[in-house]
Amino acid sequence: MLTLAHLCKSYNSTRRILSDINFHLNAGEYVAIMGESGMGKSTLLNLMAGLETPDSGSIVIDGHNLAEMNDDQTTQLRREKMGFVFQAFHVLPHLSVAQNVSLPLLLNGVPKQQAQVATANMLAAVGLATRAQSRPHELSGGETQRVAIARALVHRPRLLLADEPTGNLDPESADSVMQLLREQIKQSGTTCVLVTHSTRAAATADRVLLLTVQGLIPHSLRM
Amino acid sequence: MQNTALAFTFLLGEFRAHGKRAAIGVIAIAIGVAMGYAVHLINYAASSEFSQAVRSLMGNADLTVRGTRMGFSEQTYPLLATQPEVAVASPVVEIDAHIPQQSEALKIIGIDYFRAVTVQPNMLGRMADENADENFGALNADAIFLSPAALTWLKLKAGDTLAVQVGLEIRQLHIAGTIPAAGAGQRIGVMDIAAAQWRFDRLKLIQRIDLKLRPGVDIIAFKARLADLLPAGVAAVTPVDSEKRAANLSRAYRVNLNVLALVALFTGGFLVFSTQVLSVVRRRSQLALLRVLGLTRASLLRWMLAEGAAIGVLGAALGLLLGYIIAAAVLDYSGADLGGGYFFGVRPTVHFDAWAALLFFALGLGAALIGSFMPALETARTQPSRTLKAGDEEISLQKLRSPLPALTLIFIGGALCFIGPINELPIPGYIAIALLLIGSIALMPRLAHAVFSHLPTPTQSAPYLAVSQLQGASGRASIGLSGILASFSLMAAMAIMVTSFRVSVDEWLGNMLPAQLYMRAAASGDTAYFSAADQLTILNTPGVARAEFLRTTHITLDPLRPAVSLIARPIDAANPAARLPFIGAVLPSQPTPSSPIITVWASEAAADLHGLTVGKQLMLPIGDKIQAVLVGGVWRDYARQHGAIVINLADYRRLTGDERVTEVGMWLHADVSPAQVINNLRTALHQNTHMEIAEPGEVRSTSLKIFDRSFTITYLLEAVAIIVGLFGIAASFGGQALARAREFGMLRHIGVTRRQIGVMLALEGTLLTTLGVVAGLVLGWVIALILVHVVNPQSFHWSMNMHMPWGLLMGVAATLILTAAITAVLSGRSAMSTQVVRAVRDDW
Repeated sequence: MLTLAHLCKSYNSTRRILSDINFHLNAGEYVAIMGESGMGKSTLLNLMAGLETPDSGSIVIDGHNLAEMNDDQTTQLRREKMGFVFQAFHVLPHLSVAQNVSLPLLLNGVPKQQAQVATANMLAAVGLATRAQSRPHELSGGETQRVAIARALVHRPRLLLADEPTGNLDPESADSVMQLLREQIKQSGTTCVLVTHSTRAAATADRVLLLTVQGLIPHSLRM
Repeated sequence: MQNTALAFTFLLGEFRAHGKRAAIGVIAIAIGVAMGYAVHLINYAASSEFSQAVRSLMGNADLTVRGTRMGFSEQTYPLLATQPEVAVASPVVEIDAHIPQQSEALKIIGIDYFRAVTVQPNMLGRMADENADENFGALNADAIFLSPAALTWLKLKAGDTLAVQVGLEIRQLHIAGTIPAAGAGQRIGVMDIAAAQWRFDRLKLIQRIDLKLRPGVDIIAFKARLADLLPAGVAAVTPVDSEKRAANLSRAYRVNLNVLALVALFTGGFLVFSTQVLSVVRRRSQLALLRVLGLTRASLLRWMLAEGAAIGVLGAALGLLLGYIIAAAVLDYSGADLGGGYFFGVRPTVHFDAWAALLFFALGLGAALIGSFMPALETARTQPSRTLKAGDEEISLQKLRSPLPALTLIFIGGALCFIGPINELPIPGYIAIALLLIGSIALMPRLAHAVFSHLPTPTQSAPYLAVSQLQGASGRASIGLSGILASFSLMAAMAIMVTSFRVSVDEWLGNMLPAQLYMRAAASGDTAYFSAADQLTILNTPGVARAEFLRTTHITLDPLRPAVSLIARPIDAANPAARLPFIGAVLPSQPTPSSPIITVWASEAAADLHGLTVGKQLMLPIGDKIQAVLVGGVWRDYARQHGAIVINLADYRRLTGDERVTEVGMWLHADVSPAQVINNLRTALHQNTHMEIAEPGEVRSTSLKIFDRSFTITYLLEAVAIIVGLFGIAASFGGQALARAREFGMLRHIGVTRRQIGVMLALEGTLLTTLGVVAGLVLGWVIALILVHVVNPQSFHWSMNMHMPWGLLMGVAATLILTAAITAVLSGRSAMSTQVVRAVRDDW
C-alpha cells in the first residue's frame, strides 16, 4: 500500500532531517511512528501526503509514485485516497459538525443524498449523531477530535495520516479517541500512519517504529 | 515601567511581523491628513492674502463708506469730510478694468494722493523716473502705478504702456512706476482719482470714501449716525465688517472643500478599524495568553490602543509633512485657486499653520484611535478561556450584529437633515451624513447575515465553501464590507451630486440662452459696455432680426454680505417664465395703474441670503435712490452664488438713466449664418476684436468646461478616497486571508486544490463586494439626497434635480468588484505561499 525507498530530506544544506528512509506498509496495517522531537516525524508524514517533496528517493502509494505527479495530481490523490487527523483538530468554525464531516464527500463529488447518509452514519459511528447541527465551539476537545476523525474517514480513504491526534486532549479523551480511531480504521480496512509522542496512543497500533538518525527501526513499547 | 517595556516589545514585534499591514494603515491616515491639511493651507493662504488685500485697500481707515459698483455721487464726499468726527476723508474710485487678451480684470484704484498719504499709505506709487516729481507726476491723467504682482502678470515694466478697454474703445495708460507697499500677490493699479474718473467715463461718481476719525470718536455711534446722512444704497462699514464680507465670499466653498478633503481621512479611519479588527482576530490566542499570564484588562486595552495610536501618530506626522509639501507645490505651480474661482489672481506662498497642524494631527490620531477602540475593547472584555476555542472570533463579532445602535444613529442622522444651517453652514447636514454612514456600516453585519443566509447552497465544492464561509462568518466578512461601503457610498454620493448639478446647469443654460447669438463687451471687468449708439448699430446690423440687451451691475443689499448682481433685461410681462427658470409661484409682473409698484425677480441665493419671498416688498438701492419693488418670483441661478435680482430693462433705465448694456442676445434672419452676422457685427462696431461673440452651443460648452474645471479638485479628492478604500479592501482581504491561513492549510490537506481555494476566495470577494456596492449605492443615493437637498442649498443656495450617473457608477462598481475579487485571490495566494504544513501546525 505504501512504500518509501531511500528517502532523503533536508531543509537547507546544513540541516538534514531524513536520511535514506526505507519503509513498507501493507494495506489495512496500522503503524505508529515515534521518535524524539526534531527527528523528522511530521516531515515524514508530509512527504507521504505529497505536501512536501523529498530531495531524493521515492514514495509509492497504492501504485502511484508521488515523484511523477504534479501538485494537482497529489491533491487529487489526497482528496480521494487519504484522510488527515491533526493535533489542533482544524475543523472549520463557521460550518456545523455535519457540514465539516461531509466536506471530503463534497470535494469528491458524492451526490448530496448519498453524502448525507454517509455523514450521518459516520457521525453515529463516532458517537456524535446528536451533535450534527452543533458548531465546533460548542464541543469539547475530545468531541472536536472525533469530528476530525469522522471527516478523515467519511470518504473511506485508503490511507489515514494522523499527526499527534491526542496532543491537545486529556488522557481520558485521548484514550477514547484512539480507541475510536482504531475501531474505525479496522472496520474500514484503512491503512494508517500515526505520528505521536504518546506511548498510550502508539500502543493502539499494530506495530511501532522509532525514527532515529539510522532510519526507521522497529520499536517495542514494553518497559 | 516593565509593563511599558513589554508593551513596546509586543508592539514592535507585531509591526515587524506584519509591517505591510501596519504600513497600509499609516499610509491611509497620512493620505487623509495630507489632503485635509494641504487643502486647508492652500485655502488659508489664499483667504489670508485676500483679507490682507482688503486691509491694504482700506489702509488706516476707521470706517469705509461703500456704495454699489455703479458708484454714488461724489457730492457725498464734502458732506462727510465736513463732519466734526472726521479727521480725514479719502474718496476712492474702484474699477475692474478689462485688459485686452486677459481673462481676468485688473483692479484699478483711483485715489486722492493728498488724502491717501494719511488714510491709504500702502497705495502710494513710486515714480520710476527718480527725477520726476512724485506727486505731480502721479497726477498726470494717463499715469498709472502697478503693483509688482500686476507687472509680473501683465509682463510689463515701468515706462511701458498699459491698454485698457472702456466701452468698446481701447485706451492707453502710461506705467509711471510701481506700488512698493502692495502685498506680494496683490494685482492692482493706482491712479489719481480725477484721472480715473475721466479715463474710465465715471465722472462725478465714486465707489468708496475711507474715513479716518478723530481720536476719541465712538466709531459704532458715528456709523449709526451716518446711516441717516448717506444716499440710498450707500452704507458705512468697519474694517472688521469688510474682512468678514471678504471671508464670506468664499467661506462656504472653503468649508465644503475641507469637509471633502476629510473624506479620505474618514475612509482611512475605517481602514484602521478593519485592519485592527482582523489583526485582533488573528492574534486572539496570543492576547488570551497574555491575559492568562496576568495582564489586566485595562493594560491590554491600553496596549491595543497604543497600536492604533502608533499608526495614528506616524500617519498624522507623515500626513502633515506631505500636506505641507503638496500645498507648497500647488501654490507654487498653479496658484491658490482650487477651482472655485474665488482666488483668481492671488499668488500667496504657503505658511506653516501650527494650530491647524495640531488640529489635523489630532484628527489623524483620533481616526486611528477610534478605529482601534472597538476591537481593543472587545479584546479586553473577552474571557481568555473562551478565546482559545475555535470559532470564538465569530462569536465575538456577533455582537456587531445588534441593530439598535446602528438604527439609533441612522434615526438621529435623518432627524438632523431637518435642522437648518448653523452660522450659515450646513453643519447638521454634515453630521447627518457622518451618522448615516457610521450607522449603515454598523448595520452591515446584520445585513450580511440576512442576505448571505438566504443564498442557496451550491453543490460545487469551491462555491459551497465560499457561501458557507459567508453564511457562517458574516461578522468577519462584514468587516471587509465596511471599507467598501464607506468608500463607494461617498464616491457614489459625490458622483450623483456632481452629475445632478451638471445636468441641472446644462438644462438651466438651455433655459437662459434662448437667443441664436450672444455678444458681450468684454470677458471680464466692469469697464466695457455697449453705448446707446452701439445698441442701435447692433439692431441695424445686417442679419440681426431682433436683439435683447442686458445690463449687469452690482448692488449692496446688506453691507455685511457680498454684493448682489442686478441684471436688467427685457422680461415679457405676460410670461416672465419665458426668460427665467422659476421655482414655485410667480406673481403677475408689470405695474398697473392699480398697482404701480415695480416687480423684480430674485435668484434662489438672493432669496435665501436676504430673506426675500414671493410677494414681499424689497427696498432696492438703484441709481441714487431707494426704490420699493415687489419680489415677483424666485428663479434658479447657478452663475451668481451671492445672489442676483432681475429687473425689467425698461424699469432699470427709467430709474437710473443708464442706457449702457454689457451683453446682447440676438435672433438672426433665416437666410444668414451666425458667422456672417459675427463678421457684420465686428465691421459695424469699428472692427472691434475685444468683444466676445458666441453661439449658445459655445457658451454652453465653455460654461460646462468651467464647471468641470471647478470640480476637478472634487474628483481628485474623491479619487483619493476611492484609492484609500481600495487599500482598505486589500488590507481587509489580506488580513482575513492571513487569519484563515490554517483553514487554507487544512483544506489543502484534505484535497482542495489551489485553484479551488482561488475560486472560493474570488467568489467570496465578489459576493461580499457586490453586497457592499449595492448597499453603498443605496447609501450613496441617500447621502446624495442630503447633499442635493440640504448641504448645497444651505452652502451655496441653489437647488437642483437628482440625476443618476449610471454609467460611471456601474463602471466604478464593476472595477471595485473585480479589484476585490483579484485582491481576495492574491491575498489567498500570499497566505497559501506560507507552507501548507506549517499553517496547520501553527498554534498561533
